[in-house]
Amino acid sequence: MTSTLAERPGRAARERGPAPAASRPRRARRTPNGPYRLTAASGLGLGVALVWFSALALIPLVAVLVETSVGGWPAFVAAVTQPQTAAALTLTVTQALAVTAVNVVMGTLIAWVLVRDRFPGKRLLEVLIDIPFALPTIVAGLVLLALYGPSGPLGIDVANTRAAVFLAFLFVTLPFVVRSVQPVLAELDRDVEEAAASLGATRSTTFRRVILPALAPAITAGAALSFARAISEYGALVLLSGNLPMRTEVGSVRILSYLENGQPEQAAAVASMLLLVSLLVIATIQLLQRRVARRG
Amino acid sequence: MDSSPWVRRALRAVVVVYLVLLVGWPVSLVVRGAFADGLETFQRALTDPSVVFALQLTAAVAVQVVLINTVFGVGISMLVVRYDFPGKALLNALLDLPLSVSPIVVGLSLVLVYGKNGWFGGALEDSGFQVIFAPPGIVLATAFVCLPLVIREVVPVLTELGTDEELAATSLGASWFQTFRRITLPAIKWAVVYGVVLTLARALGEFGAVKVVSGNFEGRTQTSTLLVEQRYQDFEQGTAYAVAFLLASVSVACIVAVTFLRSDDAAGPRTRRTAPRTAAPTEADA
Repeated sequence: MTSTLAERPGRAARERGPAPAASRPRRARRTPNGPYRLTAASGLGLGVALVWFSALALIPLVAVLVETSVGGWPAFVAAVTQPQTAAALTLTVTQALAVTAVNVVMGTLIAWVLVRDRFPGKRLLEVLIDIPFALPTIVAGLVLLALYGPSGPLGIDVANTRAAVFLAFLFVTLPFVVRSVQPVLAELDRDVEEAAASLGATRSTTFRRVILPALAPAITAGAALSFARAISEYGALVLLSGNLPMRTEVGSVRILSYLENGQPEQAAAVASMLLLVSLLVIATIQLLQRRVARRG
Repeated sequence: MDSSPWVRRALRAVVVVYLVLLVGWPVSLVVRGAFADGLETFQRALTDPSVVFALQLTAAVAVQVVLINTVFGVGISMLVVRYDFPGKALLNALLDLPLSVSPIVVGLSLVLVYGKNGWFGGALEDSGFQVIFAPPGIVLATAFVCLPLVIREVVPVLTELGTDEELAATSLGASWFQTFRRITLPAIKWAVVYGVVLTLARALGEFGAVKVVSGNFEGRTQTSTLLVEQRYQDFEQGTAYAVAFLLASVSVACIVAVTFLRSDDAAGPRTRRTAPRTAAPTEADA
């Protein structure tokens, strides 16, 4: 599977397999009898699996692209530059970028505290970080409304504002950076940091020149995941943001309303646009990461 | 990099405050909301036929999706890890795709193919099989969204396992099925369990994709998450909170179980592996 999707905790640990496999002596596990050629039976199995995968996912996704291309380029441009749609896409992308920036800082900080600090109740914080993964998205919206809605005890009401979109994105993307940085930070060799310090590096220099370059790939992977998740989010903000046209409506809501109004071409155009933006941002983040790694 | 105790405490405080404000406090409010009138809200919710239907539908869909995705996931993982065929790298990349597609786009894509005016939908409906706005569509949408979860657990373990033991079994005369049942399955057992639990949690909570394909007909295609939305908007917050609490507690229990099982997994090899590293400098000193 691709390395960019290191979404769940302890991927490095998991790659060594669960306890029974890992407790065996760690001899070299080369597979001398590498991947086999397909036999008749396995070929049939592959055929069945591919038919199911195509029927379930591939053909439908191709259908979105085909539906987008039906009206040609002018229709696509018209659909995504329609003022209400353009406003929704702009809002989605800007809020997703802002949330990703917050996650890069806060996620790294949370991972740092969880790995390097010891205090009672740390295990509880670990559970808190997994909650956004686990909660059904509609329940996530409900949960945020309870504190930040009209009857919240803090007196802060973000319902039906742009802040609601930001907050919903922030909630659902919380685990991504934390969970991708945490295992890397735990494996990081502290000798190198001590060496840097003994050679006269200040704390900030050590962080910038030693730790940050080592963490950069993990931070990048987490940032890409949280951006992709944010721009595709729907459930968490449906109750929270009010879906006000031109103000708090996001891309996925726009797709749904086009579909419900019997305009599947426009819906497909917005969907393709979201996929495109997602790919672009992930590619950009990866480029940036390579530059940071080189400078370090 | 040893930070001073003050910096350390400040960072800890920032993290704790952030997580409590973003997750801990809001979640506790919903839990309290669900139990505001004691168990009465739950009793009232659970005697409402629409609620009971929605919970049953969600459970039925989740069970079907778990079965389908486990069989498909284990099967395709074996094929991808053990066999070579043209286009394997592409298939590998595509298998992860459902995770980065918006649930709404998943729903849209299924409607475009299986809807009344879709590519196959018309023909299927003529032969009496309705997919969209019916339970099969809900199962398809949920299976799509959860597709990579089992695969991503099983593939690394299968890769690690290698083929030595399977080859030994085969050379001793075991059939393909015996080898799978006695050698492969016990080795990937925990990976499959993790995959199933993650799939279950995700399937219970799916909302966006299901909303698009189900039509949200109360008592016919309304799943629990759709019911939560509708009841909240109808100002029946008690019912919404109660059903939300039921869904959330199952999902959170699933994820917490996986996290704890997994951290026990990781503890073993990690301590063993760091031991020689700390020993190395002393040897060098001597």
